[in-house]
Amino acid sequence: MAIGSPFTAEHELFRKTVRDFAEKELLPHQEKWELERAYPKEIFKKAADLGFLGITFPEAVGGSGLDAWFKVVFCEEIVRCRMAGLAMDLMVQADIATPVLNALGTQAQKEEFLIPALKGEKIAALGVTEPGCGSDVANLQTRAEAQGDDYVINGAKTYITNGGQADFITLAVRTGDEGHKGISLVLFPTATKGFAVGKKLEKLGNHSSNTALLFFEDCRIPKKYLLGEENLGFTYIMKNFQGERLVAAISSYASADLALQDAIQYTRERKAFGRRVLDFQVWQHKFAELKTQIEAARRLTYHAVTLFNAGQECTTEISMAKLFAGDLAQRVAYECMQAHGGAGYMAEYDISRYFRDIRLITIGAGTSEIMKEIIAKRLGF
Amino acid sequence: MKIGVLVKQVPDTETKIKVLDDGSGIDENGVKFIVSPYDEFAIEEALKTKEANAGSEVTVASLGPSRCVESIRTALAMGCDKAIHIDDEGSGPDSYVTAKALAKVIGDQGFDVVFCGKQAIDDDMGQVPQLVAEFLAWPQVMILENLEISEGKAKATRRVSGGAKEVYELTLPAIFGCDKGLNTPRYASLPGIMKAKSKPVETLKISDLKGDANNKLEYSNFRMPPEKAPGKVLSGEVGDQVKELVRLLREEAKVL
Ligand SMILES: Cc1cc2nc3c(=O)[nH]c(=O)nc-3n(C[C@H](O)[C@H](O)[C@H](O)COP(=O)(O)OP(=O)(O)OC[C@H]3O[C@@H](n4cnc5c(N)ncnc54)[C@H](O)[C@@H]3O)c2cc1C
Repeated sequence: MAIGSPFTAEHELFRKTVRDFAEKELLPHQEKWELERAYPKEIFKKAADLGFLGITFPEAVGGSGLDAWFKVVFCEEIVRCRMAGLAMDLMVQADIATPVLNALGTQAQKEEFLIPALKGEKIAALGVTEPGCGSDVANLQTRAEAQGDDYVINGAKTYITNGGQADFITLAVRTGDEGHKGISLVLFPTATKGFAVGKKLEKLGNHSSNTALLFFEDCRIPKKYLLGEENLGFTYIMKNFQGERLVAAISSYASADLALQDAIQYTRERKAFGRRVLDFQVWQHKFAELKTQIEAARRLTYHAVTLFNAGQECTTEISMAKLFAGDLAQRVAYECMQAHGGAGYMAEYDISRYFRDIRLITIGAGTSEIMKEIIAKRLGF
Repeated sequence: MKIGVLVKQVPDTETKIKVLDDGSGIDENGVKFIVSPYDEFAIEEALKTKEANAGSEVTVASLGPSRCVESIRTALAMGCDKAIHIDDEGSGPDSYVTAKALAKVIGDQGFDVVFCGKQAIDDDMGQVPQLVAEFLAWPQVMILENLEISEGKAKATRRVSGGAKEVYELTLPAIFGCDKGLNTPRYASLPGIMKAKSKPVETLKISDLKGDANNKLEYSNFRMPPEKAPGKVLSGEVGDQVKELVRLLREEAKVL
């Protein structure tokens, strides 16, 4: 174990597995899956079999019960499939739609939803955002009316990752008054009558990802699908966001590092004015600066992981990591495309794909503005 | 069945190799080591053989310095049951001494079948398995392309040049040198990696195993191969280019 490194021999073995899987099982299909805006569902099964989905979940629900550093390894390496969309779908399955189910679910709920999800047999989605509200989660309008032993759900959700292929949705609904005190989380089987998926949303990037607009019309689900307590959903969602933001931060600096390596490689080979582009000091310094910032983002994120791992309050650190790494990745994408010149604008070079994909990271899982809001509040403003 | 698999740790194919200033070997500083790629096919074949024969056990053996325990862990994480590390005690054994020590271990273990890569990708000698077979008086089939085992017998197909195949029928115990195309090595799953932590690794010393064998090969000096000269692109009329090409091949490259 290198000095200052949180990674053991087991982490490094796992790193190799994830890297090989990303480069040999996923990357070769990139062109097709991005073009078709879809990939075979069996990817979830394969990911599950290798233990990618249950890393930090307890063994009782089919996980490996390991520390968050294994999660870090997974996120750092899966970016090598060079499809942020597919990678995000896997993270929704493992880090976004299901941790709250593990934290709050009853045994029956875990057996019906969580265990099959971690086996890759049921695909999960998280449904919070609506056509009328995103950042302002407390304002969501999808209503769940209590009727006897059931809830009857009406409303719509949008931009939902895995939405079109999910077997169940961890769904945020309004069960009480307006505002954050009237929100609940329910487990929603997509086989429910009255549920419909709108046409696939055409996106700037993350093309392999399945992103959908969802409609709920008089959808009846039993009350036993309520997660935790009624009207405490807002708190649950905010807590659940922490893991999601952490994987977003890791994906940001890790993918930025990969883009930087590509740019260095390209400028090492590309000649202009009788020299390699990399021989111009401008680019050497640019890359040195970006590498420094990527390292800073990594270390800030590692600090957040250390706290997260120890179960300590770390909302501020996670928000900072996502803000810093997410914004940085935009700059890295811009500069690395610039370093490629015209080639970088061509689909043939991965930087063009990265430039599109990475744009999401300052928007999804809470925008950069919202991260600043959180940090500002914690500064007492 | 008692199944053995031989694994060698080698520098990663992507590592830039540097020779030590005094030419005594390669500089291991900063070199990443991996399981020799052909050995991965051997591990997979061993695991498949185990799965097809209930009650079997796979033992992985690796000879080398203490760092090769990392490679042993990889094999255990893929699913091998236990391991033997033969410490080379810094002795730098050649193929002959290596094979002597391995043959001793294999004999002592009483394996029914042993798998290894057809060659290691570091020095590409490709002779350890054959030597082991010789010392044990076992049959061996190298460059294995297909294998069927049943009731103590094996039918092994090996690739020979020109696309032809040779098929051997033999009685176990035997040793097989695995090649690409034989199977698709599995990935070490996360649960597999964690299970490997508690699997037993026995350490033996080469000096206790090799008997009176000594290196037959002496390494005197390592150096990098000469830089390849840049290629030549011919121009002009096709007919002239052909003439020029033939002239160059005859006079400069001297291959015609
Ligand atoms: C590809 C993709 C996948 C997604 N997947 C999911 C998913 O699986 N599940 C899900 O629930 N959602 C998902 N989302 C939705 C995502 O979480 C929201 O888009 C995001 O939270 C922003 O909400 P919004 O789009 O409504 O933007 P708005 O909230 O309308 O924001 C518009 C702008 O206003 C700014 N703004 C808002 N509030 C403030 C403030 N208080 N101060 C300053 N500025 C502010 C924002 O930062 C932003 O710049 C996904 C989105 C995308 C694009």
